[in-house]
Amino acid sequence: MNDIIVYIQSYLNTKDLTPGAAGNWFWATVYILLVFAGLSVAVIAMNWLERKILAHMQVRLGPMRVGPHGLLQPIADALKLLLKEDIMPANADKLVFWVAPFIVVLAAFTVFVVVPFGPAHAITDMNIGILFMLGVSSLSVLGIVTAGWASNSHYPLIGALRSSAQMVSYEVAMGLAVVSAILLTSLHGLGLYGVGGAGAPDTGTLSMIGIVQAQQEQGVWFVFKFFPLGLIAFFIFAVAMVAETNRAPFDLPEAESELTAGFHTEYSGFRWSLFFLAEYSAMIAVSSIAVTLWLGGWLRPFPNALQGSTWDFIFSLCPGLTFLFLGAMCFWNVLRMPKHPLFKIQTIGLAGFGAVLALVGLVLLLPAVSSRVGDIFWFSAKVAAFMYLYIWYRGTFPRYRFDQLMKVGWKVLLPTSLALLIVTAALAFIEPSIAEWMKRVL
Amino acid sequence: MNAPVATPFFFYLLSGIMLIGGVLVITRKNAVHSALALITTLLCQAGLYLMLYAPFVAGVQIILYAGGIMVLFLFVIMLISIERTMKERQFNQQWLVGIAAAAVLGGLFIAVYTKGKTLFPQGRLTYAESQNTQDIAALLYDSHRGIYMFSFEIASLLLLVAIIGAVVMAKKRI
Repeated sequence: MNDIIVYIQSYLNTKDLTPGAAGNWFWATVYILLVFAGLSVAVIAMNWLERKILAHMQVRLGPMRVGPHGLLQPIADALKLLLKEDIMPANADKLVFWVAPFIVVLAAFTVFVVVPFGPAHAITDMNIGILFMLGVSSLSVLGIVTAGWASNSHYPLIGALRSSAQMVSYEVAMGLAVVSAILLTSLHGLGLYGVGGAGAPDTGTLSMIGIVQAQQEQGVWFVFKFFPLGLIAFFIFAVAMVAETNRAPFDLPEAESELTAGFHTEYSGFRWSLFFLAEYSAMIAVSSIAVTLWLGGWLRPFPNALQGSTWDFIFSLCPGLTFLFLGAMCFWNVLRMPKHPLFKIQTIGLAGFGAVLALVGLVLLLPAVSSRVGDIFWFSAKVAAFMYLYIWYRGTFPRYRFDQLMKVGWKVLLPTSLALLIVTAALAFIEPSIAEWMKRVL
Repeated sequence: MNAPVATPFFFYLLSGIMLIGGVLVITRKNAVHSALALITTLLCQAGLYLMLYAPFVAGVQIILYAGGIMVLFLFVIMLISIERTMKERQFNQQWLVGIAAAAVLGGLFIAVYTKGKTLFPQGRLTYAESQNTQDIAALLYDSHRGIYMFSFEIASLLLLVAIIGAVVMAKKRI
């Protein structure tokens, strides 16, 4: 018994080590459960937010009936899906039909093993981190293809064909953009164009934590490195990742006006909800790749321009203030709730929810807490910005036609990313001599 | 530092699944089932690479074979009418040549298994896990250690020929 406690405590003494790196089974399991729970909550929240934000973009109210402002709508949806009849088409390939949703969910959740929420807040750190993420997330297309084929029906088959063609096409441009970002991790020059620093380019890294640490060391987020090269790479990735996750405006595999629901037309109930879960966690996964590679991962905004203890203190207040703001929003809406006795329970519930949020905010204001979870907050905030962008795209852009989609992928993104890779490599190659020259001139 | 993950248990588990998958690939009549079995085999192979402390090779195996090539396989298979192929008799008339090839390969395996220690006197070649990516890059491109540069370029040339061939065959007018 004592040994177990010592084993559990031993990890807490190791600073800046992931449970995987420390080789601690207990904390690795705890982290896996935490990430899984957090992801599920994020998907539920995303479900509500997407419907609400999309509705407000279209000047509607969105869900309003279940709970105050429809806050309990995702729970009602989940219950409905679990209780629904599980239909399997008569001529479906039983085994493949059964296994397809699990492939998609497994692929979508496994990638979170290496997502770095902070220098020590990741389940583990692999030295092939980014490769692992790209590889495992590319497996999800297998699930989509098999789902479409196993349904033995026309719409799903067409959806699956579209999906596989689309994902294979955009993976190429995406991979090249990622390579140009990885190239930057090998440099030591500081700032936008790499002036000064510790000399010649070294070996780079594929590890997710290593990539963020390289940005920290160079004092610049890779989206700004070699401006505008980093920005272009980031843009290519940001377009390709929307196509990879089959979201609007690239949602041809499930284009409802043409294909009913695309590859998951024949799925219902729990199996369909697995596809839903996988789609949203895949969106979070690719967003965290983008955040890690280009937007400085867990680093707070402006780590160099606004440094010093004052700015550190101000930025450390952000997590707490965010939750306090959300709590205040809840209380503001408590005041705006209808004063009818039928709404009494909902009003009390909303007030309780606001109180919980405010309490979390107050706890996060404690310096001891905010210094430990600040990195998780900044990472999640950046990912949340991407999630908002996803909803925004869906509210803004009309769907591409399939030939347009292929044209964008092969004739625009692929040549651009190839050229970008070559130029970035050339710049990285001559960077030390530029730095040397600038030192002599200035 | 840590307890090694590469224990015999995982080796037997992975190779067992691989063997089952491999047999399923050639015995299933349904081409999609064969493809799925092949994917399982390839993923287990990636696991074996991980056990050899070659994470980069494992990652590339997943991205290229399981994620890329097999998707294209499935893409093509889905366009074939499965009902018709299911009714067709499986044709493997080359079984004499097949047995001969299998016997030679099996003999090779047995020879390596029994005489491995004398054939390869250096024993096991281990790379530090954290350096695998860099080591492969050095073996491919380094000016002193890069002994595989030439074969790598030959393979690239072969792929280029295949790409050009595909374009020529697919396009009516170039």
